[in-house]
Amino acid sequence: MSEQEMNKEAVIQIENVSVNYRLPTERIGSFKEYAIRKLQRRVKIEDFLALVDVSMTVNKGDVFGIIGNNGAGKSTILKVISRVLKPSKGRVVVKGRIAPLLELGAGFHPELSGRENVFLNGALLGYSREDMEKVFDEIVAFSELEQFINSPIRTYSSGMYARLGFAVATAHVPDILILDEILSVGDEAFQKKSRERLQSFQEKGSTVLMVSHGLDSMISMCNRVAWLDQGKLQMVGEPGEVVAAYREDNA
Amino acid sequence: MEDLSKPVYDSADHKVSAISELKELFNYRYLLGQLVRRDVTTRYKRSVLGVAWTMLNPLGTMLILTFVFSNFFRSEVQHFPVYILSGLLAWNFFTQATNAAISGLVWGGSLLKRIYIPSTVFGVSAIGTALVNMVMSLVPLVIVMIIDGATFHLSMFFLPVSILLLTGFTLGFGLFISSLAVFFPDVGEMYQVLLTGWMYLTPIIYPESLISAQLLPIFKLNPMYWMVKMFRLPIFEGRLPTLPEALPAIAWSLGMLIVGWLFFTSRSEEYAYRV
Repeated sequence: MSEQEMNKEAVIQIENVSVNYRLPTERIGSFKEYAIRKLQRRVKIEDFLALVDVSMTVNKGDVFGIIGNNGAGKSTILKVISRVLKPSKGRVVVKGRIAPLLELGAGFHPELSGRENVFLNGALLGYSREDMEKVFDEIVAFSELEQFINSPIRTYSSGMYARLGFAVATAHVPDILILDEILSVGDEAFQKKSRERLQSFQEKGSTVLMVSHGLDSMISMCNRVAWLDQGKLQMVGEPGEVVAAYREDNA
Repeated sequence: MEDLSKPVYDSADHKVSAISELKELFNYRYLLGQLVRRDVTTRYKRSVLGVAWTMLNPLGTMLILTFVFSNFFRSEVQHFPVYILSGLLAWNFFTQATNAAISGLVWGGSLLKRIYIPSTVFGVSAIGTALVNMVMSLVPLVIVMIIDGATFHLSMFFLPVSILLLTGFTLGFGLFISSLAVFFPDVGEMYQVLLTGWMYLTPIIYPESLISAQLLPIFKLNPMYWMVKMFRLPIFEGRLPTLPEALPAIAWSLGMLIVGWLFFTSRSEEYAYRV
């Protein structure tokens, strides 16, 4: 580690993390079957290692990109960081509040109004009523849904749905923002607006962690990039170098 | 990030134990309220009579059962509608809350894979919703008692205790069965069959006097037998439960709550992998 890096403050530390999705080779649907097999010691479980002994550090203010082919473990590592999956081995330490922008609006209920869904979604993200009341007007304005906020969300178009989801998830400035390929929300004007919002987070000191297949945008946006391949960390460092190595490997 | 008040997540010292889950649940108390609100308001959103169905439902069941029993079994119980309704109060609470705990965790599974939420939130909010429904179904009970000319006893003030006991048992059982349902997808279906059998093995819709003296000790092994008693004694018989009647209910309530909570939370790290 260089001296310069020593001075930075680590907000995410990943130490020798492995994630093992234990997949039963056959689906066991009933107790009876399970009990019989257990007795016969025939519960076969196949290990599937989504991450293998991965270590990396993300510092405060980083825009950290993760690249790799499908099934390389990119989403898994985001889940480990956002506390969804507990690593099978190793340790993860995260300092600060995380805003996960994974599949926006996942908790929306179609029969509830936009207004009710804002509060429900905020609660799912761990905010309190006061937190949500403070930012409610701002969410409505940002998502441009003033006219529709009291209508049931089942009447929304998919674009409106995604806009509201984005506005709720980014209503508070997070310490760490997690992006899983979602920069393409809404029309072009809204995309520009959402990109500006993410940039403003960075300026306010948020750390950004993103997964993308768009390699060029990774070079232009990130200051560090990690390359995962079949769950293993291949390389981490300066975006241009890492992307070049990745491209060479895939050529 | 010098601010020490900021949350720190450390996977190494974060053992999801029964106690830390309690703390997490407290942090997410606003979500609990929101989930209850959602489930109460959306349940009948598309129906004309709306929330009134929460009251009409037990009323309809009671009418049918009263008709069946007074015509076919020539039941000897006086104020039979009140007898049935007081039992259904407890039974409906139990079935609603446990079923909602299962579907909540399975529905919530898609969320548990995406964002962190304390996984007990679904089972606990299921209880909250069932409590709201139970309070609402007290209205038809009171109406029926007036029409039927039944006496209102002071012992009805014992009901909050009855509800508390039933809540403990139901929460524990709901957590237990919903946890099983994650690992064995067939449990949800099996449970419906189990509930039907269980209902007939509990004196809810038939008079307890129908149970023969030899079989009664076996019926008393059933926790719901005691839970229903906690409701029926103060409402229907107009007296407080005696200690020998209350003790089994207290024991089942506390025991199931502790076992269910431990069983559920000791597996909570696996749900995101399994659902």
